Amino acid sequence: MKGNKNKRALVWVGILALALVFCTTSLCLAGELDVFAGENQVLRISGGTAHIPVMKAAAQKIMTFNPEIQIIIAGGGSGAGIKQVGEGLVDIGNSGRQATDTEVAKYGLKMVKWAIDGVAAVTNPQNPVKSLSSLQLQDIFSGKIVSWKEVGGKDAPINVYTRDAASGTREVFWKKALKEGDITEKANVVVSNGAMKTGVSNDPYSIGYVSVGFIDDGVSALTLDGVTPSMASVKSGEYTVARGLFSNTKGEAKGLAKKFIDYLLGPDGQALALEKGFIPVN
Amino acid sequence: MDVKAFLSKSMFLGACLLSTGITLGILGFMLVLAYPLFARGLFWEMLIQPWSPGQGLFGVGPMITGTLCIASLAVVISIPISLGVACFVGIVHPGGKGRILKSVVEAMTSVPTVIYGFVGVFLLVPLVRTLFSGGSGMCILSAGMMLGLLISPTMILFFVQSFTLVPQNHLDAADALGANTVQKFFYIVLPWAWKSMVTGLILSFGRAMGDTLIALMISGNAAAFPESVLDPARTLTAHIALIIAADFDSIEFKTLFVCGISLYAMTGFGVVLARGLGQRGRA
Repeated sequence: MKGNKNKRALVWVGILALALVFCTTSLCLAGELDVFAGENQVLRISGGTAHIPVMKAAAQKIMTFNPEIQIIIAGGGSGAGIKQVGEGLVDIGNSGRQATDTEVAKYGLKMVKWAIDGVAAVTNPQNPVKSLSSLQLQDIFSGKIVSWKEVGGKDAPINVYTRDAASGTREVFWKKALKEGDITEKANVVVSNGAMKTGVSNDPYSIGYVSVGFIDDGVSALTLDGVTPSMASVKSGEYTVARGLFSNTKGEAKGLAKKFIDYLLGPDGQALALEKGFIPVN
Repeated sequence: MDVKAFLSKSMFLGACLLSTGITLGILGFMLVLAYPLFARGLFWEMLIQPWSPGQGLFGVGPMITGTLCIASLAVVISIPISLGVACFVGIVHPGGKGRILKSVVEAMTSVPTVIYGFVGVFLLVPLVRTLFSGGSGMCILSAGMMLGLLISPTMILFFVQSFTLVPQNHLDAADALGANTVQKFFYIVLPWAWKSMVTGLILSFGRAMGDTLIALMISGNAAAFPESVLDPARTLTAHIALIIAADFDSIEFKTLFVCGISLYAMTGFGVVLARGLGQRGRA
């Protein structure tokens, strides 16, 4: 009997000790994540695919801090993000472009810009062509130049990859790098920054474009008119094919959505943006 | 007892009415939403025009061509495979080995199409690219091959099913006359089973036409009229998936209903054809 009592006491001590450890660790982790304590809702996010790495990292931190919160992240492209948040299907709609005046008026959108991102033309790392002029790039995408030989590469056809109509990455690349020129009908169309990277890194004769945050060993970024796209050159304004990354809400953000956006703008969120290859705004 | 009979009868009737109602309702919904295009006489133009939003052309002609090319190629690739497997399972080895193979085929029907698409992107596309150097590897051929694989279980099971329609006494008679397996297949099985086999073909064609993910992932999605099997092409279903996120008020979005109606008409036509053949096959 006595032994039993002792055992029970031991168990209680153990539980208390564990509780103490949990309290102190959560105190240590506290800070910016504190505001998420006590929340237990679902936060739905969709839209721009360039945003996804940062969204995922932020969501992971928040959900580790408070497992009651559920953050669901989907792609779809900037157009989808704006449309879905406008119709109340999601709480936050991401876009890699500013919402147009009609969209803002129609849905009463509030835009928050939390990072700046460059869009770079990319090729397969095996491709010897490492730099192009704007004019060459426009001619390649419009289908005027069809062989890599014409721009100093191998005698092989150029496979152009582009994005679907809802893509904000496509929008900024088309406006700022292609100067609103045509994109050939023969271009392969892919549906996200990730799919573009997969396509280009698997195809030795490809050319496409991705958000600078997505560039790694799988693809090589082309120097455009002598400027290499990188975080430094985007930040200094030297590399001009860049855009803001926006998170939009219908009306003023409130509740969990507001806390999430504030977190993105805070030191933690901005550090995440930097870590994922974007330029923080604060 | 009467109450039970009445209840079950009305439940079955309800289920029938509901499913028919939904099918017809969808058609009606698409027709109503596409009405502005009909009214302005744009509908028929859109069926054949090229897709070039920059120049104000929103035709789905390339997508209809792409759909037909990819689905036909899939059926052409799938026929010999399916026929071979079906013969093995249904005629040559009806027990033992055949039964094992048949359960493998049945398991294949439940593999999600995204898996096929994924395998296609990482294995088939690079292979096609290296074999036929030049293109990106994302083309009608790759998509057709992958879709052929996707629809073959449907086709195999249909073929096996139709082989069972052959009366056993005819087969016994052929055996008694000393016919070998090949002769039995050509002179007894085919004449009895071909109508129901064609039904299977048409339904598999419909399945190939209706699949979205494989086409979206490995056909390249270029909105131009394809000129060879190594050209990329966009199917109607992939086009819908690519455009759905566009602005509701844009013409791009309205073309979705043209796509929807043409898909509906094409698959509907196939089903009617399969039905007609099935009826005659039974008579």
